[in-house]
Amino acid sequence: MEKITDLKELKLMANTIRKDLIEMLLEAKSGHSAGPLGMADVFAVLYFNILNYNPKNPEWKERDRLILSNGHIVPVRYAAMAEAGFFPKEELKTLRKLGTRLQGHPHDLALPGLESTSGPLGQGTSIAAGVALAAKMDKKDFHVICLAGDGEINEGQAWEAFMFAAKNKLDNLIYVIDRNFIQIDGNTEGIMPLDPLNKKFEAFNFHVIELDGNNIKELIKGFEKAKTLTGKPICIIANTVPGKGVSFMENKFEWHGMPPNKEQAEKALKELNETEEKIKAGN
Amino acid sequence: MGKINPEMHLIENFKEAKWIPSRNGYGKGLVELGKKNSNVVALCCDLTDSTRMAWFKEKFPERFIEVGVAEQNMMGVAAGMAKEGKIPFVSSYAVFNPGRNWDQLRVSVCYAEANVKIEGAHAGISVGPDGATHQALEDIAITRCIPNLIVLVPSDAIEGEKATIQAGQIKGPVYLRFGREKVPAITTERTPFQIGKAEIFREGKDVCIVACGMMVYFALQAAEELEKQGIDAMVINNHTIKPIDKETLINAAKKTGAIVTAEEHQVFGGMGSAVAEVLSEHYPVPIKFVGIKDRFGESGTPEELLEKFGCTDKDIVKAVKDVLENKK
Repeated sequence: MEKITDLKELKLMANTIRKDLIEMLLEAKSGHSAGPLGMADVFAVLYFNILNYNPKNPEWKERDRLILSNGHIVPVRYAAMAEAGFFPKEELKTLRKLGTRLQGHPHDLALPGLESTSGPLGQGTSIAAGVALAAKMDKKDFHVICLAGDGEINEGQAWEAFMFAAKNKLDNLIYVIDRNFIQIDGNTEGIMPLDPLNKKFEAFNFHVIELDGNNIKELIKGFEKAKTLTGKPICIIANTVPGKGVSFMENKFEWHGMPPNKEQAEKALKELNETEEKIKAGN
Repeated sequence: MGKINPEMHLIENFKEAKWIPSRNGYGKGLVELGKKNSNVVALCCDLTDSTRMAWFKEKFPERFIEVGVAEQNMMGVAAGMAKEGKIPFVSSYAVFNPGRNWDQLRVSVCYAEANVKIEGAHAGISVGPDGATHQALEDIAITRCIPNLIVLVPSDAIEGEKATIQAGQIKGPVYLRFGREKVPAITTERTPFQIGKAEIFREGKDVCIVACGMMVYFALQAAEELEKQGIDAMVINNHTIKPIDKETLINAAKKTGAIVTAEEHQVFGGMGSAVAEVLSEHYPVPIKFVGIKDRFGESGTPEELLEKFGCTDKDIVKAVKDVLENKK
């Protein structure tokens, strides 16, 4: 893929992905809003700056592997993949509809380049560790990037996988936590406290990088640094604002599992179009 | 042994059978696969010796992965390795694998069509004194309902080795069920074994006993006893629970008009249920089920438990008589 290095272009891409998301969710009439919007910057950076891949040859053996463990945010991945040329953008409108390749939760056999089948939380963590271990055995150079939600790591399987990754010194594994402090029933710290999350990962023998997951520049710097670290798996705690970019959705857990209605979608798109103009104007 | 099917090449005299646990066949088969294919890897959850994965570990330490007591993670790691072209075998006791990691088996492995092979060791009531928590009596039921998954229950160590090797040679997920106890090795190298093909071990016309695992031996014993009583029983070794061999089962029902199923598993949802599903749709005949009747196990010796829970040749004989009452 061709890298976008211009920060403004990447910001515009993140904004375009957000617009795609609103349109997809409106059309689908079900799905998750907050998580995908919050992760749009991460996906823009991954698909247009960090990951090595070829959309015309999704099975290219040397590609970086992106395993999405919190499968429910997959619309943001579909949007990023469409923008990156894996499939036509029109197909985004088929999200969650009968016969679609864009399942509500991802099925990798359905769509080339999708890489992961996930939904039940915690499972992608182990899959990513397995891919990373196989890569080590085969002396491959690619990176395995696993994305997970913070609420997701309530699951014991995730911690089994963290121990496994550290034991096997999987420094080709970059585990990214979308730290947005919300899950379906409310605030993560009220439901099952995770903090101090950084200390937990340090204690589990990970390199830990904390950054602003809605800041393109910090994200690039963080991923570049993560690729240079050795000896241990890497955890990037990406602090994100759920619903980012749509002010009436931001930081509201109610939007975790809800799509916008027509009125709300129009309002959201209006705001995102204004943001686009601001980015173009350099503000 | 008048009516043993000669094409099956079973041993001549069952009394001279060597007693070997079926899991030994898994251990041997895995080593054979390891020699032939460097993509074969083995993962275990702190039970390397009793699952017989230790034999692979000894030969190919660089391809053995100790996961610790974490069955969910083991299944997921295997799914990830399979994505990269490895052929992972995951081993533990059947109560944990697939008992504890069923969700991971369903989604990460079967839905994703990952090329992972699952060994459920120490299955059945015959695991003995460890008691109910460690007696997997539900594993056939919870595996055969998952799409894309092949389910195999070898009858002895020799068949277990063949099953393991064939599982490793085909692409896609396979569940292999093994027992802890020594059982008579009545098959031989020449006994045919093909995934998806039930074998008629004994010819007969009055009733057909369809068995899997160690119950195949008991079924043959029962058939011998029945012969003395003037009842001519066919015996089928139904090692592949899924995809089930419909043709052989339907033909057996047509020929004998009465079926007894025998398994070391709950009768609800197990091999017998699978047989009943086929026959009720295609050729209904009276059926009786030998197996565990909707209850948990308990501690005891394997022999005591098999007797108490109704999984012996005597129970099969009784079930045959009952089913013949229903046969018109």
